[in-house]
Amino acid sequence: MDTLNTKPNLAAPDDFYAALIAAHDGKTDAESEAFNARLILVLANHIGDMAVLRQALAAAQ
Amino acid sequence: MLHDRYSLAFKLYPYAKCPDQTAQTPVRHPVVVVGGGPVGLATALDLGRQGIAVVLLDDHEGIGMGSRAICFAKRTLDIADRYGCGGPMLDKGVVWNVGKVFQDDRQVFEFNLQPEAGHKNPAFINLQQPYFEKFLFEQICAEQKKGAPIQVRGKNRVDAVDRFDDHVQVHITTPDGPYTLQADWLVACDGAGSPLRAMMGLGFDGRVFQDSFLIADIKMTTTNFPTERWFWFEPYFKSGASTLLHKQPDGIWRVDFQIGWDVDRAEELKESNIRRRLDAMLGADVDYDIVWSSIYTFQCRRMDKFRHGRVIFAGDSAHQVSPFGARGANSGIQDVDNLGWKLGLVIQGKAPDRLLDSYDDERIFGADENILNSTRATDFITPKSKASHTFRNAVLTLAEHHEFARPLVNSGRLSVPCVYTQSPLNGPDRLVGGPAQTRVGSSCPDAPLGDGFLLAALGDDFVLLALNADVPDTPLDIDGIAVRAFGVSTTGGRHAQVAERYLGAATSAVYLIRPDQHVAARWPAFDATAVRDAVRTACAKD
Repeated sequence: MDTLNTKPNLAAPDDFYAALIAAHDGKTDAESEAFNARLILVLANHIGDMAVLRQALAAAQ
Repeated sequence: MLHDRYSLAFKLYPYAKCPDQTAQTPVRHPVVVVGGGPVGLATALDLGRQGIAVVLLDDHEGIGMGSRAICFAKRTLDIADRYGCGGPMLDKGVVWNVGKVFQDDRQVFEFNLQPEAGHKNPAFINLQQPYFEKFLFEQICAEQKKGAPIQVRGKNRVDAVDRFDDHVQVHITTPDGPYTLQADWLVACDGAGSPLRAMMGLGFDGRVFQDSFLIADIKMTTTNFPTERWFWFEPYFKSGASTLLHKQPDGIWRVDFQIGWDVDRAEELKESNIRRRLDAMLGADVDYDIVWSSIYTFQCRRMDKFRHGRVIFAGDSAHQVSPFGARGANSGIQDVDNLGWKLGLVIQGKAPDRLLDSYDDERIFGADENILNSTRATDFITPKSKASHTFRNAVLTLAEHHEFARPLVNSGRLSVPCVYTQSPLNGPDRLVGGPAQTRVGSSCPDAPLGDGFLLAALGDDFVLLALNADVPDTPLDIDGIAVRAFGVSTTGGRHAQVAERYLGAATSAVYLIRPDQHVAARWPAFDATAVRDAVRTACAKD
């Protein structure tokens, strides 16, 4: 894989979104920031491919 | 007048008046080296071993007190071995494998750098810089006894230089007054604050890091810690934003506290204040003596060019990095290793002086790599923005439970030799299936060979390393440059690590190896014309 998938890829988008928001429940802003940082690192490692990660960094800008 | 800027650990070359000081006209020398630190001493040693007359000028009479550099990497030890003084360094140095990373009051993870088998030298040793310099100097004395034309002149301070197309005039102050020398070549090894660089009006730009570090070398008198490297991020004992504890020989421990930017240096260096930090870290029941302390700040920067006509800068005078990753003294020794054989060939008339421009090409490439690595470590250790700090701590939190995050923890990436992939001296890489670690531009990895090791057998001249390939028995003479052939057979499972590191999937190979033991070219078999072309390319003749 060397191209970032920007087409819909989540089978249950509402479920994911709800889980993402729920993960922040009860967190202060600082805790949420720290959680987001950890989540990005976990996902980045799963992707692994530097070319894809660079495209993701660009897409998120 | 000459004033000592620092006290000496070892007084090795007391001032002695020499005939040059009373000569009617300035005496001309092939090479003058300025500075008696590790880089200057190694330069004098490298050239002297080639029979090149060299005069080293130092404004002190020996080796400065204080540990400063403590980590010497494998490549440096391999080079020191070639110079003949690797053994005492290895004997004296501390070898460590276990490192622990902490955040606050918890251990994030532990690593064990098991050495790769089949190398004479470990990946690194801890050794106080004064010892490293002393072993170099002792080797200079040993070479002098064998006739190497090396002179080391203490309390000879260079105050001015006049540059000409074919030489440099050097104005020197001594306790007996001034005198003047001429040098065909001048090598400036006078440190990060290089007076020569300033005399020549040359720039030294880069990035300033707004943080100070308090170093204390302490001798434990009651407790022995294990021989491990401990690194704390945001330690619970609040003695610094980060803290490093590292063992050196003689029961000495290096402690390094990151203490912020706006600090009162005199106040922080008071023994009572240093002890306050140390006691918080070690606990009040640990007794120790403070043997040396200092506060440093650092920059990552380099000169635009290292060669300026007949003046060549090497080591910290040419480039400066943060201490994280041990890339200061180690890269300086690689400079020397790169420059030595080139300057030798040029002085002997065996190569054109443009060969020295490749020193710029290769070592600027190396300096940029070192600056990149040390800057990244610095940014991890001392995050400069809130987001950077958040991510740094996210990495540390994850690293405790998730292996994937551990390679992201950067408390310094250890200095590894530079691969000169883009060098103009590189010849062809025609070895299909050849290992990446021995591609053209790499420094040769070691491997066991009989009762000894490969690197020792390669020596420090151009050599053809032939694996399962026929090469001429007698040395080749290529425009006055002798190229010795050295054959190794790996058939029948012999020399398995040589095969692994130099053959890979290939069945035979011929390597052209430079005097600094970097690979200049490689092929599956010997071809006289190809070898001749590659030697000429490696000497900047084509």
